[in-house]
Amino acid sequence: MKNSLLNYTIHLADNAHILGHRLGEWCGHGPILEQDIAMTNISLDLIGQARSLYQYAAEIEGRGRTEDDIAYLRDAWDFRNVLLVEQPNGDFGKTMVRQFLFDAYNFLFYKELKNSNDQQLAAIAEKSLKEVTYHQRFSSEWVIRLGDGTEVSHEKVQNALNDLWMYTGELFVMNDFEKDMTNNGTGVDLEKLKPLWQEKVDYILKTATLAKPQNDWMQSGGKTGRHSEHLGFILAEMQFMQKTYPGQVW
Amino acid sequence: MADLNSLEAKFQEKIDNEIKIEPKDWMPEKYRQTLIRQISQHAHSEVVGMLPEGNWITRAPSLRRKVALLAKIQDEAGHGLYLYSAAETLGVERDDLIEQLHTGKAKYSSIFNYPTLTWADIGAVGWLVDGAAIMNQVMLTRTSYGPYSRAMVRICKEESFHQRQGYEILLTLSRGSEDQKRMLQDAVNRFWWPSLMMFGPSDKDSVHTAQAMKWKIKRKTNDELRQQFVDVCVDQARILGVTLPDPNLKWNEERGHYDFSEIDWDEFWNVVKGNGPCNKQRMDARIKAHEEGAWVREAAMAYAEKQAKRRKEETTQVA
Ligand SMILES: [Fe+2]
Ligand SMILES: [Fe+2]
Repeated sequence: MKNSLLNYTIHLADNAHILGHRLGEWCGHGPILEQDIAMTNISLDLIGQARSLYQYAAEIEGRGRTEDDIAYLRDAWDFRNVLLVEQPNGDFGKTMVRQFLFDAYNFLFYKELKNSNDQQLAAIAEKSLKEVTYHQRFSSEWVIRLGDGTEVSHEKVQNALNDLWMYTGELFVMNDFEKDMTNNGTGVDLEKLKPLWQEKVDYILKTATLAKPQNDWMQSGGKTGRHSEHLGFILAEMQFMQKTYPGQVW
Repeated sequence: MADLNSLEAKFQEKIDNEIKIEPKDWMPEKYRQTLIRQISQHAHSEVVGMLPEGNWITRAPSLRRKVALLAKIQDEAGHGLYLYSAAETLGVERDDLIEQLHTGKAKYSSIFNYPTLTWADIGAVGWLVDGAAIMNQVMLTRTSYGPYSRAMVRICKEESFHQRQGYEILLTLSRGSEDQKRMLQDAVNRFWWPSLMMFGPSDKDSVHTAQAMKWKIKRKTNDELRQQFVDVCVDQARILGVTLPDPNLKWNEERGHYDFSEIDWDEFWNVVKGNGPCNKQRMDARIKAHEEGAWVREAAMAYAEKQAKRRKEETTQVA
């Protein structure tokens, strides 16, 4: 059970960390200065959430490791984030679609996790929910704006949506550590979130005049450590300092 | 119409009496142009300055450092926004100013044309580059143009935080391994002289200084500020255990200041002219971000127009 709680916490931390890292790649390169600032804001929130979760994971583990040990000293197969969050930024439209698909899930998720019988996770969820509420508003507004903007923007976000759709199924596939955590009242029952997520996504896509993709085949593997090719490159950059200069204080 | 001479006399009298000039006040055209040039150059520097530091976000060595770096760069973007707004009070548009940057008509601080090669550079930028910027900006909180002065008050608080944060990165390195100390010294070697160049040409070669002083846009000359900066850095360098790369740096009892070598003005002018190590990369990155963002800005505008039209239709229906 302790192992499931550890994996569960690391899974949540990795989701936030990898997505925050991806958004950080935008910093200084955004399409509008105001949007640059907003994406950095979301990145900061997510990495902040990841830190709380990694710190808690280190505590559960009880081997004296730190948040940085967990973040920087694992290889891709030990990362538990969903495939969606490691997908490349693409253009601003693709980043916003990825963000929206994840935010819509994350919002519902934290709303439930707030009631967890694990006090630490409940507290982190409570704090994160405020942030994620804003993220969801931001990304859904942009999906609508771009979907219902010009012909060019409509086509771009529709393509992005088509490309990313196959990574949404994994959000709701429960694997062993999630089942364990749901059974003992710590985790969130993803089956229950799925219809709510679909409702939200349908509504936003409709408002954005975007068509819901029809392909049903869903990729998965992230939660069990089988990632896309992208994660290795993310880690190569992210972990460069810790790997080149092991054991230093920064 | 009041004649120009009496308007100018009244304007100068206000300046002499430390009364701030506000957007609606009469001002000499040259004063306006000087401010537009200086404020927009300052705004561009904040935005271009995001790039060398942004370079290390994905490689920051710890989560704590990554968060701090992101927040710092975000502050710089905010400074860019305040300054563009301050410039707009003088009757120019942000889009036009950005256009001038991209076509090379407007300048930005040359320091950002130097590369950030190691993590220690992030510390050095905070300590020296933000440090030099503060010297200039603290002076500018007392500049004669109201909106510029107020923007500077806000900005200065954040800049001094950046500087402490950068210094703390270096302090951590100074207490670390041989590799870390080497990184530290190397960063200081590369950033020391370009930081001194940030104060601009020497007073004897500065074409704008005299008029800018009379109008109290500036309150200290380039050389005065540079000296002030050198004086504070020497002690800070000692605490870090680094050597500042200048064999002639020594205390001059008589002047009450540190003496230092002549700046390599050839390098200075060369980088200003566009031949610094990263001039091209910095401009390319800004232009790319702007061009690739065009469809986003157009979509946002098109959507806003549609929404306005829809709202109007709704209200006419109700009525
Ligand atoms: Fe700044
Ligand atoms: Fe700064």
